[in-house]
Amino acid sequence: MTCEEAEVLLQALIDGELDAGHAREVENHIAGCPRCAALAKDYRAMSRVIADKGASYTAPPELRRRIEAALPQPRAAPNRRAVLRGFALGSAVSAMAATGLVAIILRNDDKTRIQSELVSAHLRSLQAGHLTDVLSTDQHTVKPWFNGKLDVAPPVIDLTAKGFTLIGGRLDYVDARAIGAVVYRRRQHVINLFVAQTSDIERHAARTSARQGFNIRHWSNHGLNFWAVSDLGADELAEFGDKFEAAMKSAAS
Amino acid sequence: MPGRRIETGRAKIFAAQTGHEAMKASEEDPEKARRFREAALPYLDDAYTLARYLLRDANDAEDAVQECFLRAYKHFDSYRGPAMKPWLFTILRNVCRAEYARRADIKTGAIEDVADSAEATPLWHEAQETPEAQMLREKDSAAIRRLIASLAEPFRETFVLREIQNLSYREIADVAAVPVGTVMSRLARARAMLRSAWLAEQEQAK
Ligand SMILES: [Zn+2]
Repeated sequence: MTCEEAEVLLQALIDGELDAGHAREVENHIAGCPRCAALAKDYRAMSRVIADKGASYTAPPELRRRIEAALPQPRAAPNRRAVLRGFALGSAVSAMAATGLVAIILRNDDKTRIQSELVSAHLRSLQAGHLTDVLSTDQHTVKPWFNGKLDVAPPVIDLTAKGFTLIGGRLDYVDARAIGAVVYRRRQHVINLFVAQTSDIERHAARTSARQGFNIRHWSNHGLNFWAVSDLGADELAEFGDKFEAAMKSAAS
Repeated sequence: MPGRRIETGRAKIFAAQTGHEAMKASEEDPEKARRFREAALPYLDDAYTLARYLLRDANDAEDAVQECFLRAYKHFDSYRGPAMKPWLFTILRNVCRAEYARRADIKTGAIEDVADSAEATPLWHEAQETPEAQMLREKDSAAIRRLIASLAEPFRETFVLREIQNLSYREIADVAAVPVGTVMSRLARARAMLRSAWLAEQEQAK
């Protein structure tokens, strides 16, 4: 094998696109050729540095908004039962639909609409028989229930010892997308903790806002958006948020 | 070459390609829009990244990506594969080609001509004078982007599709409409050029 041939095949070796036979030939050449060996080492180093430091760009929010605005707007979200039926079917079609639901990137620009959808979802959940799809105070039962239903399963943390009882989990629908809800209770008050993936990986500190008589505490971290919705007072909801974040932090460390 | 044309001209050029004002009125299908959002919008950053490298201009990249998504939406009914990302990239590449052609009209010396002559020069050239003992040093993200952007077409395109977008050779070949062998030789040259530029830069920094 000449150096010129080796240099082209070397690419495929680095990229894992070479069959075993050719891979061995290239490796033999490299073993006996310092020049090609240096190239192989440097190309691998370049790939590693590029992967480590990142060379991609993030689309400006304005571009996302422009594209969204040019597309027809989604109709009212289908009800949750219909979504669940879709999952329950277990057919190839519903499996495809489920993977289609992966990219749960909630847009930041439509905050008001999302907040009112969250409150609607919270209200729906309070109707008889709608609060939980999986009823359990055990985080080890609730967490795996979400697996496969959402691209990223929400973190499920038992805060019973901290004064907030975990009572289950639910699949809900917000902003025309499937979203995980972890349900807690304090005294007679229900807290829905909605969790969705976001493209923004930076941590955003919690903020509480009031809407239609409910408090919404929103924060994001680790590429996830969290909204705790409840009729609890703002101070107690803040306490919930703080304890949840602290527990998540200590679980990670 | 920023500032070489007026701001309002640009949007018109891209919009004229599909006439998506008309599309909006005639294709009000919320269910299709929902499916499209879920399937395509997750690749917005990837598409924007590719456009930034292909066009080397932030504003042009934005316009091209917008045009790409609107075209993709238009053709979404007939979409049967390949994977969504390469499919979007193929559309985006066509949009960018149109932009190249337009630039070539404005400025003499089309980008394609430069690319062809660069492809004709032997692979061999860059790497040989580099001393083997030299260590490739780390670079920050901005420096890496600048180096990649300095690569000539079509090596830049091939390199970005492989190293940043993680497409397979087969997918790259389909997107760029060339044989897999060409993908490999372009990649070999891209990496050789990038390595030379990388080493030359750290040599200068000494
Ligand atoms: Zn050799």
